[in-house]
This record gives sequence, C-alpha cells and structure tokens, in this order.
Amino acid sequence: MFLGRVIGRVWSTVKNPALESQRLLLVQPLGAGLQPSGKTLVCTDITGAGAGELIYWCRGRESSFPFLPQEVPTDATIVGIVDSVNLGKKAEG
Amino acid sequence: MLIARVIGDLTATRKHPSHEGQKILLVQPLELDGRPRGNPAVALDSVSAGIGDRVLLVQDGFAAMTSIGRPQSPIDMAVVGVVDLVELVDGGRSAESVPAGGLAPGSPPLRKHAKKKRTEQQSHPFERDEPPVK
Repeated sequence: MFLGRVIGRVWSTVKNPALESQRLLLVQPLGAGLQPSGKTLVCTDITGAGAGELIYWCRGRESSFPFLPQEVPTDATIVGIVDSVNLGKKAEG
Repeated sequence: MLIARVIGDLTATRKHPSHEGQKILLVQPLELDGRPRGNPAVALDSVSAGIGDRVLLVQDGFAAMTSIGRPQSPIDMAVVGVVDLVELVDGGRSAESVPAGGLAPGSPPLRKHAKKKRTEQQSHPFERDEPPVK
C-alpha cells in the first residue's frame, strides 16, 4: 500500500457495468514527508474518503477483493483513511 | 522480497475490516548500500517490527495475505521478517551490516568468500528489478 491524498473525482458515464456505482477518486501518491511524489492515478474507494483527505491505497489484483463477490475491474483501491502518521527519528523525505 | 527500513507507523480509523487489529507500518525500501529505493510504502506487520528496524518486505498480494492470515483481502505488502545481517558473497558487506560504532573489540573478523566469485551471473540477486511473478 502507499500513502496518497484525494485531489479530485472522476465521473464516467460509459463504463464497464461492474464499475457502476463505484466512486472513482483522483489520488496523488505521497512521500514520507507527505510531499507529492509520482503521478496521479484513479482509484476506486471503499472508505468514503472525501476531497483532500490523507488515505492509503492498495494496488494490483488485491484491490478488487473488497468488492467480492462482485468482480470489479480495478487495479487501485483506497482501503483506509489515515488519522495520523508517526515518523521515527530517522525519517527522511 | 525487498529489504526496507521501518520509518514510521500510522493509524487509521476508517479502513477495510481485514486491516483491523494489525499494525500499519511506513517502510522505505533500501538499496544494498542503505540508500532509499523509490517511494516509501505502507505495509501491514506480521512480525512486530519497530521503528528503525531493517525488515523483509513482500510485495506480492498472496504472500502478504497469507503472512497476515487474511485471505482475499486488500493487502499488497507485508513485513515478514526483521533483518539481522546482510552478507555479500564477494566479501563486501552492505553499509549497515555492521552495528553502529563498529564491531565489538575481540569479535571475529568478517568472513570473506574470495573463492566464490561470481562468473556467469554478474548482477547480485538482490539488485534484480523485475516485477514479482504472479
């Protein structure tokens, strides 16, 4: 999983039927200092995360497991909303 | 598997039920010389690792799920071991395999395997950068 921030939302009318009623959120991956790091991506969501929220997201086939038995064609899903990050003394960006 | 450093942990109230009761660690994958390798990642903990520990990180979903004991859940990374020592075959050693402050006086010198030089395979297996086989 990786840290990220919700920076937007994606609407789509014509899409795979299994994606109906899924929230599609734009996520900016973050580094350890919570600075932007890497390219934004679109994630499905199981947490109800809102705009600007700090989240962590899961990639790969595992990201479709929360929706079982429905088979949702996704490769990235927001699986948790982060309350706080505790960085040890040795942390660096 | 990668070698990584635990650089923090995080708390989340709203999360998938399979993550409840698990420690969530922030880990920084490392190169062999201890430099950061790519972005820090969020991984569940199956060995009670602490901040500052050097750990083994699996990046495959199946391995991560089975180590946590939660099949068919959205877990793609897990900490599955704490690294004590990394010893390289050519007699070198990774920058952090010796405790801070050097070896204790009177301790045996680091072993060297000068005769086991690699010939056909030059790159060290730790440094292969292929995606895990699914």
